[in-house]
Amino acid sequence: MLGALTGAVEQGLIYGIMALGVYLTFRVLDFPDLTVDGSFVTGASTAAMMIVLGYSPLLATIAALAAGFIAGIGTGLLHTKGGINPLLSGILMMIALYSINLRIMGLTVENSVGRPNIPLLQSETLITKYISFIESLGIPTYYAIVVGALVVVAVVKIALDLFLKTEVGLALRATGDNKRMIRSFSGNTDRLTIIGLAISNGLVALSGALIAQYGKFADVGMGIGMIVIGLASVIIGEALFGTKSIVRITLAVIVGAVIYRLVLAFALRIEFLDTGDMKLLTALIVVLALVLPTKLSKLKKQALRKQQVEKRGGVELANHS
Amino acid sequence: MLTIHNLQKRFNEGSHDEKIALRSIDLTLQDKDFVTIIGSNGAGKSTLLNCISGTLPIEQGDVLLDNQNVEHLPEHKRAKWIGRVFQDPMAGTSPTLTIEENLAIAYSRNTKRSFRFAATKHRREFFKSELEALHLNLENRLTTKVGMLSGGERQALSLLMATFTNPSILLLDEHTAALDPARAELITQLTKQLVDQKGLTTLMVTHNMQQAIDLGNRLVMMDQGSIIFEADEERKKSLTVQDLLNEFKQIKGSQALSDRMLLEA
Repeated sequence: MLGALTGAVEQGLIYGIMALGVYLTFRVLDFPDLTVDGSFVTGASTAAMMIVLGYSPLLATIAALAAGFIAGIGTGLLHTKGGINPLLSGILMMIALYSINLRIMGLTVENSVGRPNIPLLQSETLITKYISFIESLGIPTYYAIVVGALVVVAVVKIALDLFLKTEVGLALRATGDNKRMIRSFSGNTDRLTIIGLAISNGLVALSGALIAQYGKFADVGMGIGMIVIGLASVIIGEALFGTKSIVRITLAVIVGAVIYRLVLAFALRIEFLDTGDMKLLTALIVVLALVLPTKLSKLKKQALRKQQVEKRGGVELANHS
Repeated sequence: MLTIHNLQKRFNEGSHDEKIALRSIDLTLQDKDFVTIIGSNGAGKSTLLNCISGTLPIEQGDVLLDNQNVEHLPEHKRAKWIGRVFQDPMAGTSPTLTIEENLAIAYSRNTKRSFRFAATKHRREFFKSELEALHLNLENRLTTKVGMLSGGERQALSLLMATFTNPSILLLDEHTAALDPARAELITQLTKQLVDQKGLTTLMVTHNMQQAIDLGNRLVMMDQGSIIFEADEERKKSLTVQDLLNEFKQIKGSQALSDRMLLEA
């Protein structure tokens, strides 16, 4: 059980990077970007392909980030220059990436056609390198990945926090907030939207690259429902920790991603549930996370009103007697 | 300095609903001119401002800012010269950003945005001293989210954000119309104060004739897309609301007054 928990936390932290990307588009830019399902795999397949071809895992991971960045630019161009609505731009890019991802993984076979998956069982990855480094120091490796993932996700989080406080970062936030205003202050909303989508999908692809190395495979179907998982993390995090400041929200999003994994790990321990049910569970968690807060606040208000009425009634009765 | 020459604008061109919004507008603002524009609904006042700022494309005519033709520049590039305050108090600020972050955005209006921190210590001091001029105690609430402010406070902040980087021209689009009378008066006073202090060239649209008379050194009356009356500095000094009504009657005929004149005295 403890092993499953550690695994869930490890995955949660790595998926947390993806969730930060989703937060950037959904919340900061107010752009529901569905590219994520594709760009996550683009990151995974780019990293896996390069690792199998013998490049250094670090270089492969950086290349994955760059690939996601380009995918985001693509979605941004479809929306801003092509005038296609945000949802459709993302869906189109996602579908296009499906074929591109097959091609990327296809680069590992001689005659260069598509390939649906790449196993990394025997390959040296960032994770195996890191573990052997920790071993060489003589430290037990049981929590090594948790700590490593924590450091990586913290670096990404702090970098994102700082970026959102720069001049460009502020302009980006204002673009999601009030386009008319930022235009009247020389903000090029088209360019800012593209920058936001690029960074977001870069983070998503980075997360995909790390998950591929963590799980020792890349698969063309591994991104299905990724956007929903990201959204679940954002919503859970915001519901638990509020939206007071950027620093707090980004932390909340990461914790949300970990909680999501933990909930899933517990759910899968229930006898009759199978790994294939995970997407259904994900959808249910998001539905609950979306519906519960509004229902709860409604109930709270009703209860409060009832209380007030009773109080008033009580006072009146007291006056009568 | 702003020069508008033979500016024309149509909506729904080529369809049944074609509407001429501006017919050959000529208007020049010298440096430090403060021109108020009045006119009834549909006179073309806001359209004129939107054509200057680039929110609406221009079909014919020229708009020159500091002697440069800006006709082909998109809105965000023209913003280098233009400070704007909108009618909607929510439109000029970004609600999820703090006061200092909003000011920082305005601060980089005429510089290229980079990956520097937006709210530095040095800038914060500057923001504070600028906010003090508003007398709304906003200088002590720099890290408050703008969405928490009242409409009047937001509009005052918008006004400061539009003016404190000394734009070549300040465009005010009925920026007091959505406020209650007390707030409107406050914003009117602030407008006067900020424009005087910085010597800004200003073009202000208003529904309120008294406000148009009280503020600025020149006055323009528009109707159905044309300028129908202009008062220069000399004339404006002695101008009254009754004079304006008389002018309008004379130009449009007396029967026009009853149904077309929807101005507030």
